[in-house]
Amino acid sequence: MTIRSYMAARDREWPGGRWVMAAFLAALAAAPLVLPEFHVTLLNYIGLSALVALGLVLLTGVGGLTSFGQAAFVGLGAYTSAVLTTTYGQSPWLALGVGLVLTLAVAVVLGSVTLRLSGHYLPLGTMAWGISLYFLFGNLEFLGGHSGISSVPPVTLLDFALTDSRHYYYLVWAFVLIALFTTRNLLDSREGRAIRALKGGMVMAEAMGVDTSRARMVIFVLAALQACAAGWLYAHLQRFVNPTPFGLNTGIEYLFMAVVGGAGQVWGALVGAGVITILKQWLQDVLPRLLGSAGNFEIIVFGAMMVLVLHHARDGLWPLLARLVPLRSQPRRIDPTAEPLPRKPRPPHGEVILEARRVTRSFGGLVANKNMDLSVRAGEILALIGPNGAGKSTMFNQLSGVDDPTSGEILFRGRSIAGLGPHRVAAMGISRTFQHVRLLPRMSVLENVAIGAHLRGHKGVLPAAWRLDRAEEARLLREAAVQLERVGLHGLMDEEAGSLALGQQRILEIARALCADPCLLLLDEPAAGLRLKEKQALAELLNRLRAEGMAVLLVEHDMDFVMGLVDRVVVMEFGEKIAEGLPEEVQRNPAVLEAYLGGV
Amino acid sequence: MDQTIFVLLAQDGVTNGAIYTLLALALVMVFAVTRIILIPQGEFLAYGGLTMATLEAGSLPGTLWVLLGAGAVAFAMDLATARGGGRRLPGRSLARSAAWNLGYPLALAALLTQLPLAGLPLAAKALLALALVVPLGPMMYRIAFQPVAEAPVLVLLIVAVAVHLAMVGVGLLVFGPEGSRTTPFSDAQFEVGAMQVGGHTLAVIGASLALIVALYLFFDRTLYGKALRATAVNRNGARLMGISPALAGRLTFLLAAFVGALSGLLFAPMTTVYYDSGFLVGLKGFVAAIIGGLGSYPLAAAGAVMVGLLESFSSFWTSAFKDVLVFTLIIPVLLWRSLASHHVEEEE
Amino acid sequence: MGSNLLDVKGLSVAYGKVEAVSKLDLSVPHGSIVTVIGPNGAGKTTTLSAIIGLLPSTGRIVFDGADDRPDVEAMVARGMTLVPEKRELFGSMSIEDNLLLGAFQRCRAGHRDHATTLADVYALFPRLKERRAQAAGTLSGGERQMLAVGRALMAKPKLLMLDEPSLGLAPLIVREIFRIIAELRRRGVSILLVEQNARAALQVADHAYVLENGAVKMQGEAQAIAADPRIVESYLGLASKHQERLAG
Repeated sequence: MTIRSYMAARDREWPGGRWVMAAFLAALAAAPLVLPEFHVTLLNYIGLSALVALGLVLLTGVGGLTSFGQAAFVGLGAYTSAVLTTTYGQSPWLALGVGLVLTLAVAVVLGSVTLRLSGHYLPLGTMAWGISLYFLFGNLEFLGGHSGISSVPPVTLLDFALTDSRHYYYLVWAFVLIALFTTRNLLDSREGRAIRALKGGMVMAEAMGVDTSRARMVIFVLAALQACAAGWLYAHLQRFVNPTPFGLNTGIEYLFMAVVGGAGQVWGALVGAGVITILKQWLQDVLPRLLGSAGNFEIIVFGAMMVLVLHHARDGLWPLLARLVPLRSQPRRIDPTAEPLPRKPRPPHGEVILEARRVTRSFGGLVANKNMDLSVRAGEILALIGPNGAGKSTMFNQLSGVDDPTSGEILFRGRSIAGLGPHRVAAMGISRTFQHVRLLPRMSVLENVAIGAHLRGHKGVLPAAWRLDRAEEARLLREAAVQLERVGLHGLMDEEAGSLALGQQRILEIARALCADPCLLLLDEPAAGLRLKEKQALAELLNRLRAEGMAVLLVEHDMDFVMGLVDRVVVMEFGEKIAEGLPEEVQRNPAVLEAYLGGV
Repeated sequence: MDQTIFVLLAQDGVTNGAIYTLLALALVMVFAVTRIILIPQGEFLAYGGLTMATLEAGSLPGTLWVLLGAGAVAFAMDLATARGGGRRLPGRSLARSAAWNLGYPLALAALLTQLPLAGLPLAAKALLALALVVPLGPMMYRIAFQPVAEAPVLVLLIVAVAVHLAMVGVGLLVFGPEGSRTTPFSDAQFEVGAMQVGGHTLAVIGASLALIVALYLFFDRTLYGKALRATAVNRNGARLMGISPALAGRLTFLLAAFVGALSGLLFAPMTTVYYDSGFLVGLKGFVAAIIGGLGSYPLAAAGAVMVGLLESFSSFWTSAFKDVLVFTLIIPVLLWRSLASHHVEEEE
Repeated sequence: MGSNLLDVKGLSVAYGKVEAVSKLDLSVPHGSIVTVIGPNGAGKTTTLSAIIGLLPSTGRIVFDGADDRPDVEAMVARGMTLVPEKRELFGSMSIEDNLLLGAFQRCRAGHRDHATTLADVYALFPRLKERRAQAAGTLSGGERQMLAVGRALMAKPKLLMLDEPSLGLAPLIVREIFRIIAELRRRGVSILLVEQNARAALQVADHAYVLENGAVKMQGEAQAIAADPRIVESYLGLASKHQERLAG
């Protein structure tokens, strides 16, 4: 089946999602017209919280970075506007702009300090600056100290002052919907795939050319900006600010909203903000009546509930709800007419692509690789074999830029790759697969493969958020589909990658690597776990790639596979090369027999 | 600032620093063994101090109800595990669970109702306070953490924050909103050269040092201490020696609760302790622990003294900003840590 | 069945959808050395991990007369120990502490004989005694393997399972390790030995299983297996035959 006919077959879309969405929007629009004042106010607060929680969905749920300090960014937005509109008599709209710029600056500074840290430092750091900013709000003279700033003017829209909470409701929810819309768009784009790879796929993403530190900074700043906008809305809704609502406890509450709602999905933020805000209101109402008024019962219930949610439904409530609502993800439509992506010029057949010269790598006293020499040419498949623990993985890591030699050098088409790091090595034209398959199991096969084409697109976050990247996106997805067809997985492109059999996942990794338009493929045990038929298909694919002039280096244990396929073999033992040559020569080499069967 | 004030502030800083050191050491220990960032560490401190205050007032501490309740929940969970197939829990461990989670709290309840609380000597009250608070540690591990022991660090962290919230709420319930200050362990004043040293200051520093030495000996000399270290170094290796993560977790939490409650006893005579005081004190322990990279005990201790000194001197110059300064201190520390580590890590 | 210390029936282990070991039968008679050999990725390590309970699996595991499949800790308490492929030493702790922790379950059960056991282990590995205060992480590869075996012996195991004890070691040290394995059997320890070094393993073992793709391909007397030409094929692949198949 060609791509074109395949696409035609999938063109029928299921319309249910649109109807649910339309019903939701209609209900949202009608709410202030029918609901009592109190409920409208509650919805306003839900909207504010949802805006912050949405940032956390992006940051924590999608990106895997936990922040307890979002309330401080809310405070930053609220205080900036309060000071500018009262002390300096500026318009709230100008104040919003200033607040966003200020928040951007603060977030970039905080982010550049904390984001490079491993997992648990970041949340601890966010707690620290969260508290720090909170105390700052309470102690700075010009922010009104602990009593705060009152008589903040209302927001005006075309000379119409939004003083009624029913009117303000529309402003709040316009912000929420814009944030939802842009976040969803962003996640469904080239940058979005890079962001989604942050959680559990950083090593893979780097190898595909994603600058993961930049991607982390992007979501950190976006989450901060959304929190800042919520703060601005809060200041002009309350018309009064003081430090209390911007403390660490509120920050924790926002995180809970994201977690309870389901931190992986944008709608989770809405659900979480709704559930927690209403629950809190209800608990504050009901519990004192039941238990007398001595305590702060709702936080006990809150804490206990959080523990229960994390014990029993770590993915939050949204996935449970989504099962009830007839929503299904639509298959991706691929535009077969999209212009193919430009390709790099092929190196001539026989050119030395990768060369390792006297590479030695030692860890402390342990020498894992010693004076290793090898080279791979265009249009050649080289196998690196050796018994377990021979140092093949260490060598592979250095060839792919994950690790650097202690001495010696590795040249890619004559240029040294030492110290570049995986994402720059990827940009040079080296693409790889992993021994333990690294893909994003909840993402579709097509999107997983499209990560491989990351470096072949250029549209950034803003165009993606506002859907100005669609032409390029169509080209990237088309490329992914083409590569999937090439490896024979095109029938599975809408499946979740995690649902594939291991053999298919390995093939997927090859398609992803091919998407990068490399001239060298590094394959780490590509045949492990494959059935005979799959191995034959893989051998056929590699044969074709070789004929096209691709240079391939593979580390492999499956001798049947290696010996029948490759041009040359390098055998390692104890970190050193013990043999090199044609497969038949190597198989008869006594040193190799000794290494594999063991000496006595 | 003249010399007298300098000495006074330094003394204050070191005393607070000693408390932060204890908390920081407990945090480092818990993280190393269980990968849990124990946010509720400060609650043990608050519970310890307030339980002591209630005992001094001669009334039955509400901590007892917390202990009875937590014990009942922990036992119920053990029972459910034993019944619920999967991994079988032998009858012997169920009996042990019943003894610790039900028997012990009931026995303590009986003892407390019989004793003339107000008339007891200070040391006896301190012992009772510890007996009430410390067992909450292993119970907390059993209830909140054991079911998710294999979860990623971030999930454990969020659970820890949730437990912290619940404990603050429970604290308000059983101790009320008023703060308390307890009697110092010593009122004596000593002249050391030109400076005045309070007896309680010496007690705090002495007790902290004694506890640090005791912890060192425990980890260096005893089999169980070594087992905890082994778990911290290599969890898989420890399991293959028959050291179960659950055992290591409960034991670590027992120690953490002990350290926390004891710091509470030392802390409560120095300042008024409220039901929610633990958090800020605990966080300062955190700042210290992070200075030590959550891995080094000596660095954490040094960090704790540094935090104490910074806090005390900044309260002299600009008291309103002392907390801002302490928590901002972490930013350069993090910066230094981030410059020291520059490889891409997989966070799972 | 009565004469076997360990009987495994129909053991299957799956990683997600992939079955790494399927329906494997294996027995270790009292006082014998049984070896499981096979190329990389055949499922050898998975089998050992599943037997001791580190990995969830299906099938029956009868050890020392009991087949209730308890958790790892209880299995260790009953006398099964595993020396894993990665050794899993406590790197920052001293050699002696590493050894003492090997006796953790015995001490917990109230046995107080670890001093004599320690002396026995030191007698078997004099090098460890020389360096007993040194941190385990500073040892060389061969010494680490000795420490790992010594640590397992501290539990006075009925069944000692060794995963690739010769992995990454120089030939001289491999010989030493296998000498010790033979010595342990003389002392009455039953051993389940997983090895890639087929020749050395077959020389020391009584009975052998050849594992390939998660299933037993051959089994029998170790000497008979050693003489079987199919072993070489299984390890190195025979080029001519497969080349046609793959290229075609």
